[in-house]
Amino acid sequence: MKLDLSPVTEFLLADAQADRVVPPTGFTAWLTLFSAAAMGFLAVFALALSLATGRLADRWGNELARSSTIRISAPEGQMAAQTEAALRLLETTAGVASARALSAEEEAALLAPWFGPDLPIDQLPIPQLIEVVEDGAGFDAEGLRLRLAAEVPGAGLDDHTRWRQPLVRAAERLRLLGWLSLVLIGGAMAAMITLAANAALAANSQLISVLRLVGARDIFIARAFVRRFTLRGLGGAAFGVLLGVLAVMLLPGAQAEGGFLTGLGFQGWHWLWPFAIPPLAAVVAFFATRTAAHKTLKDMP
Amino acid sequence: MIELENVAYSYGGGELLGDVSLSLSPGSFHFLTGPSGAGKTTLLKLCYGALVPTSGQVRLFGQDRRAMERDDIAMARRRIGVVHQDCKFLDHLSVSDNIALPLMVSGRDLLNEAANLKELTGWVGLRERAGALPPELSGGERQRAALARAVIMSPDVVLADEPTGNVDWEMSQRLLRLLIELNRMGKTIMIATHDLALIRAAKSQVQARVLRIASRRLHLAGADL
Repeated sequence: MKLDLSPVTEFLLADAQADRVVPPTGFTAWLTLFSAAAMGFLAVFALALSLATGRLADRWGNELARSSTIRISAPEGQMAAQTEAALRLLETTAGVASARALSAEEEAALLAPWFGPDLPIDQLPIPQLIEVVEDGAGFDAEGLRLRLAAEVPGAGLDDHTRWRQPLVRAAERLRLLGWLSLVLIGGAMAAMITLAANAALAANSQLISVLRLVGARDIFIARAFVRRFTLRGLGGAAFGVLLGVLAVMLLPGAQAEGGFLTGLGFQGWHWLWPFAIPPLAAVVAFFATRTAAHKTLKDMP
Repeated sequence: MIELENVAYSYGGGELLGDVSLSLSPGSFHFLTGPSGAGKTTLLKLCYGALVPTSGQVRLFGQDRRAMERDDIAMARRRIGVVHQDCKFLDHLSVSDNIALPLMVSGRDLLNEAANLKELTGWVGLRERAGALPPELSGGERQRAALARAVIMSPDVVLADEPTGNVDWEMSQRLLRLLIELNRMGKTIMIATHDLALIRAAKSQVQARVLRIASRRLHLAGADL
């Protein structure tokens, strides 16, 4: 199929004289500018949400998938022996890259968010945790569970699958929701600009009849409206995006303590993504107005 | 150039014109008269392709109106200058821009046409008012601006619908002289008017054919005109 780019080239090579035939003001101008600005602003947040949840899904999907935890709950006198037995067992387990017992300080740090930093961990029956890092092939979780049950009766293997998968799924759904929001924002913008263009064409029916009287082709009339609305869509969206980017910049930065909510902004070259929104808004405005103009002109006597 | 053959036009169940035949040949001058509501404007609209006949055939420069696409009609309009009684201007553009509107819509370079535009504005006596907006013009000035706009593309035919309806006698004579001058340049002119005094004044200056619409039919007017 051959792509017809003539409407775009005609738009770009616009006739400055033709632009003047449509009155420059009117409520449709403000309606279009406001709609495009609001949609540009919202699109920045939808984009930020999509990218942040994408990062989250990737992190949860990749990093956590490579690690597991063995929890040893044993009487105080047997804790060290069972920990040692578990580490020896892991050394001979295929698919385990490394394994180490967490120190008392590390375990205290893990519990600190819930119990505070002054927890007397040495006086509490806290299970010993062993961090297991898989190699590329990974280990057989079921086989390891059976061996642990036989050789280290107080050990339990948590390969994170149980809680990781729903989180990854939730993050992916959120990412999808973000992209869907972007599509809906684009659709809503197209609908509003179509309405505004229809209103402008209806309000200018006298102008259109004059232009036709003096020999204007419908494509000339349509182009004058399309160009006006496309530029308004571009300008409005650029303003909205600018405000949106400033608002995202003012959000708290990504912090481990804050978790997901503090990492909602853009990172690295992702800051360039919002600047794709105004040209996309202009494309939406171009096709929405073009369709509306051609239909309205066709229906006009 | 413009031919109507057994044309009838009905609207809302009522016949406005019936069995009308007319041929506007190059360089001819026509008056179209009849009482208000007789169908003069309808006939003019048929002549410039704004209406499609209910029956019969309208040919614009050899093309059947029914077979013409919108673009064909636009092209035909560039060869037909139309002057309306209510003028129909774009109020946000200056008089000069309104006169140049047919040039703009046909893609002509206005810089190249600047001299012609200036000359034409002077010809209709509006050089001093070229920068004004249409609402600032008097009735006579609006009619002259409309006439300038109608002829800027050097059309083959000029159709004027009650061009002197809103102006005094002196101004109507001035407009008539401009139309006669165009006819002497070879343009085909048709003026719809109920002003018999204007027709009588013109007949002493130009060989004009006077047509009258009565009872939805077109007749050649008698010697009383």
